[in-house]
Amino acid sequence: MDITIAILLTIATAATPLLIAAIGELVVERSGVLNLGVEGMMIMGAVGGFGAGYLTGSAWLGLLAAIAIGALFSLLFAVMTLSLATNQVATGLSLTLLGLGFSGMMGTGFVGLPGQRLPDLYIPGLTTLPVVGEFLFGQDPIFYISIALTAGVAWFLFKTRAGLTLRSIGDSHGSAHALGINVIRYRYMAVIFGGACAGLAGGQLSLVYTPQWVENMSAGRGWIALALVVFASWRPWRVLVGAYIFGAVWIGQLHAQAFGIPVPPQILSSLPYLATIVVLVLISRNKRLTMMNTPASLGQPFVPDR
Amino acid sequence: MAAQHDAVPLLGVRGLTKIFGSLTACDHIDLTIAKGEVHALLGENGAGKSTLVKMLFGSLEPHSGDILWNGEPVRITSPGVAKTLGIGMVFQHFSLFEALTAAENIALSLDDGSPISTIAAKARALSYSYGLPLDPDSLVGDLSVGERQRIEIIRCLLQTPQLIILDEPTSVLTPQEANRLFETLERLRSEGKSILYISHRLEEVKRLCDRATVLRHGKVVGHCNPREETASSLARMMVGNEVKAVVREPAEGVETAAVLLEIRKLSRKPATPFSVPLKDIDLDVRAGEVIGIAGVAGNGQGEFFEAISGEVQQPDAASVRIRGKDAGKLSITGRRLLGAAFVPEERLGHGAAPGMKLSENLLLSRHATDARSFLGSGGTIKSAVISGAAQRIIQAMDVRKSAPDPEAASLSGGNLQKFIVGRELDRKPTVMVVNQPTWGVDAGAAAHIRQALIELARSGSAVLVISQDLDELFEISDAIAVMHHGQLSKPLPIAEADFETIGLLMGGAEPGRTEHPLEPA
Repeated sequence: MDITIAILLTIATAATPLLIAAIGELVVERSGVLNLGVEGMMIMGAVGGFGAGYLTGSAWLGLLAAIAIGALFSLLFAVMTLSLATNQVATGLSLTLLGLGFSGMMGTGFVGLPGQRLPDLYIPGLTTLPVVGEFLFGQDPIFYISIALTAGVAWFLFKTRAGLTLRSIGDSHGSAHALGINVIRYRYMAVIFGGACAGLAGGQLSLVYTPQWVENMSAGRGWIALALVVFASWRPWRVLVGAYIFGAVWIGQLHAQAFGIPVPPQILSSLPYLATIVVLVLISRNKRLTMMNTPASLGQPFVPDR
Repeated sequence: MAAQHDAVPLLGVRGLTKIFGSLTACDHIDLTIAKGEVHALLGENGAGKSTLVKMLFGSLEPHSGDILWNGEPVRITSPGVAKTLGIGMVFQHFSLFEALTAAENIALSLDDGSPISTIAAKARALSYSYGLPLDPDSLVGDLSVGERQRIEIIRCLLQTPQLIILDEPTSVLTPQEANRLFETLERLRSEGKSILYISHRLEEVKRLCDRATVLRHGKVVGHCNPREETASSLARMMVGNEVKAVVREPAEGVETAAVLLEIRKLSRKPATPFSVPLKDIDLDVRAGEVIGIAGVAGNGQGEFFEAISGEVQQPDAASVRIRGKDAGKLSITGRRLLGAAFVPEERLGHGAAPGMKLSENLLLSRHATDARSFLGSGGTIKSAVISGAAQRIIQAMDVRKSAPDPEAASLSGGNLQKFIVGRELDRKPTVMVVNQPTWGVDAGAAAHIRQALIELARSGSAVLVISQDLDELFEISDAIAVMHHGQLSKPLPIAEADFETIGLLMGGAEPGRTEHPLEPA
């Protein structure tokens, strides 16, 4: 296999979990809710996905379990912040802490066990095409899901009535309420969608990326996803660009370290973060556009006076 | 009560009550609106008007009482229910989304699921047929307040309501825009629609409305025919007693008096994508006079005030001169030390720290100018002196409060405003700049504040008042300048100014040009 293709494939695998988690969080934030629990939901998805896959012997059932556990975990956040109007920042942070701790406890029995891996796509005739075949038609299923999710969310937000309603709630929940829109119901759905995405991203880690369970295996990816959403100014395709830049520089610096380039490894490890921020800041220089896309009621609890 | 009408009224309200904690915002309200009637709801700020209409529109749930729609009892549990019944509302504080286009804003309140382009076409057609031209593709954030109100009205009309509720619709319009609104409302009445018109502007109500219900402290104090009443008899019903008229002695010898506040070529870039830039503003305010700045909200008045007060500093130090000294680069404190005083529009957050006591707020604004009397050596606070000064202000301005030294946020808007204005007046500033001095203040307190500003000027200070309330400006100003799109017109002496001229300037006409065409673009 060509070395460039191999590198491209590893980049896609590294970028996919970031992309999925960030797209989910993008929908949540577009509805005006800030869920800082992405890391926690992701790691719960990872342990749930691995466990279900190991116990049933089916990676597909593992994937479904990862999505379900992510969604269920976000429901906890939704009840707290939407129905009980708790502080979103504090609740999100505790969700992350809870997820990291709880997944470690659940996963003690799984450490070191061989896991299930989702099979890569194989379409006779297409996958074996020279140059592009492997990249376009030979990857794991979650790669395709992530691209479809990005396109789907972009279409939903900007081309459908429900998407317009969701954006309007994020812009001003007070006005939306005054129009008779059920703010809380929309936000519940958005938060649960975000949770399902974070769970799916976690499942990708333990069912595709490294098919095993290691404590803390999400390794801060949830936080990177959160940052991507902001730096991409809440636009789905920009999130994709950001995720792939991050993935590319990440893989690149790993190779650079392996080659023994005389640069301190700490600097190399920080490169992906720097590069992603620089590029996304450059593409969101248009202040007016950024302002229009920023959900103005982000993070504010909504309590209709009755 | 219903017996005297043959037809069943469109809307009937019986004994509607809403209680917030210990406050009864609406106390057994009775009200009927017939088909094709324009009904006025009158009352001062805090009389319970907004609470009542929020219950009618389903934003608030009544504590007790009944609402009858075409004679049938209904429960309006959400704005969605109100819309289905046929109740539409044009909000006072617009419920529009700034980051969306006009058409998207309209689409959000329609449930029929038709595509945006269809809705845009319908909105455009309807808007022209009512003489309220509207571009459905424009971004709401870029529109003037008057244009935003058009969107609200068109959105409301597209739902084909039987009853339209308008909450203080003219408070943000120029007199000419208000006239166009009245024409639209007349036309709606002739089409058989009912209108509930909320206002505290009595002349409008007399001109437009068939019947009126007057609220005071949450209770109905009377139903009347506004055409048979005088403005002062309506005012008496609203306020409960006579309001003292403001007296303005003519200013003498002002032309030769010293210029205490000088604005020279003041320009400012827009701070946010939706805010207004200031362009080459020139203005002199002399000792002894009150200059009023009129203008429709959002034409740069807030940006102008920030530049004068020092909340935002200017690159050109000479663009703001206080008592002959360059002040453009000074902080708020620096400008205060030159003898200026400022009252910003937002009371909580700018005018006062909400969670702090009145005496503490007094120290916060005057810690530098009154350092010698308020602070001891080493920066210790002389609590007794400050409390004494706070009590002096409270008495002078007749501030009503529940505790001897309450937190700022616990006061009603009007009482807090009296304290904030009084706090600055107490210093006898040589330059006083006030933004919206009586916004949301009841009539009695407003008269008190206006009289105090005039007296300050007559004692030799320069007073600059920015206000959206034209009646107020005509009452207190010696000259009125108009702000439009970040530009300021030349001040017009009050003897030469009338509503018509000022209104045209507010709409953007050049001074000297009388005709202002308002044809569809």
